[in-house]
Amino acid sequence: MSVYTEGVIALMGINILLALSVYAILMTDQCSVGNAGFMAIGAYTSAYLTVKMGIPLMPALVVGALVSSFIGLLVGIPALRLKGLYLVLATLGFGEMVRTFFLNFEPTGGASGFRGPMGSTLFLIYAWVVGFIVFFWLLDRSRLGRSFDAVRDDPEVASTMGLDVVWHKIWAFWLGSFIAGIAGGLYAHYMFYIESGNFNFLLSTMILLYVLLGGMQTFWGAVVGAVIFSILPEILRFIHEWRLSFYGAVLVAMMIFRPSGIITRKMVRDLGEKFDKLFQTART
Amino acid sequence: MLTIQNVSKHFGGLKALENVTIHLGSDKIYGLIGPNGAGKTSLFNLITGVLPVSKGSIQFEGKELNKLQPHEISRLGISRTYQNIRLFPSMTVLENVLVAQNIHTQWGLGSIFKVRRSDLKLLDQAEELLKQMGLWTKRKEMSTSLAYGEQRRLEIARALALKPKLLLLDEPAAGMNESETENLLQRIEEIRAQGKTILLIEHDMSVIMRICSYISVLNFGELIAQGTPEEIQTNEAVIEAYLGREEG
Repeated sequence: MSVYTEGVIALMGINILLALSVYAILMTDQCSVGNAGFMAIGAYTSAYLTVKMGIPLMPALVVGALVSSFIGLLVGIPALRLKGLYLVLATLGFGEMVRTFFLNFEPTGGASGFRGPMGSTLFLIYAWVVGFIVFFWLLDRSRLGRSFDAVRDDPEVASTMGLDVVWHKIWAFWLGSFIAGIAGGLYAHYMFYIESGNFNFLLSTMILLYVLLGGMQTFWGAVVGAVIFSILPEILRFIHEWRLSFYGAVLVAMMIFRPSGIITRKMVRDLGEKFDKLFQTART
Repeated sequence: MLTIQNVSKHFGGLKALENVTIHLGSDKIYGLIGPNGAGKTSLFNLITGVLPVSKGSIQFEGKELNKLQPHEISRLGISRTYQNIRLFPSMTVLENVLVAQNIHTQWGLGSIFKVRRSDLKLLDQAEELLKQMGLWTKRKEMSTSLAYGEQRRLEIARALALKPKLLLLDEPAAGMNESETENLLQRIEEIRAQGKTILLIEHDMSVIMRICSYISVLNFGELIAQGTPEEIQTNEAVIEAYLGREEG
């Protein structure tokens, strides 16, 4: 595999994780455009641990994600009071705050960036990707998954059905910022170098776009959206600076022709039933 | 079982409910009637904790509900249906019932990794509920694809999945034809026979008069009459509220 192909595939894995991190928060009908901020916290924390303190990569990744998810809780609790556009603005502000913090924070290099983290491999990245996909797959089939659905569908009714809406929203935020933290750590140790500009608002928006276009009814939408939008830029290299305009056109077209995204829940269900039938016929 | 004591609810200057007192015993069907905008649904919202009480107190089995969150109140054994059907649209018929059972099982992170024996028992109970409501054959359909009357029955099944002691039904027969209504009334009677208390909001007088053993009448947020169906039918204030007073 050429270095170029490997790079594309590695970033695709990280994009899948980032899309899942946005999906986790969207699961309870909360919209975050600050996930690049959580990613940055995971990236800088784990990089500092491996480079400056000599801690092995795996524990450093997990600690980075735990720090990120702790901050996620701190953001998630006041975020409960905000709805829709206000939450978008608050998370946007948070993302920019984190970026500016690392721009000025000298212990991790400040404006000149942080050099030295290494050790991410394709295998490691995709182990996390598969791990989280299995997690979401199991969640989707569980009672806990249903109660997250209920909170998203109609929080008021969910609460009169005995579900603690606040609890669900807070843990969704925790989970989302944890996954983004892992993604950030993997990213830092794959790139060997990070700077605050890597984690800007545009990245947060792009991640949200993956999920919107892939479909936000199921986590498969986030996965497929991230895959498509990681490969598309490489295929579209020939149109150069028109790429962003092309994305815009795709976005508008999707909103008109397939507003619920590429992958819908019904599609996943129908496919699942087909598989079940296949297995049944195979057995008999 | 449920004591609503001098309860008022104000929205700004609007008095939705004023000094309402209603007592519910157990194992009976109670009716709550009144013209549109009389405050019936508001009272449901106060009981279930969706809206805070402005004044007065609501107690369920001796427990004060005023300070509790909706999910805490539903765990005490109160569940409800909605006047404008509010099923979970992303779920199938069966899933709508399963999700309401969650309070009776360990449904946290552990539920992701294993299915407990108690969960299988709950699945049996969900099957029983759906059969009781005549929806078992449609369990795999999306809840939103059901016919109107079926959606209303599913709302009742979902509310029953919480195993409530008190069931609040908000116009369960609205939009149903005669035979559907007949069918529904039988099922409500069955539910009562299982030892549950039911508080029913209904516009259809014939429904109320037939199945309720005690009726409270609201008008402009105030309780204007309480009594047995016979008493209510002949009550002057009730007739006036519904038909208006004859001039002269």
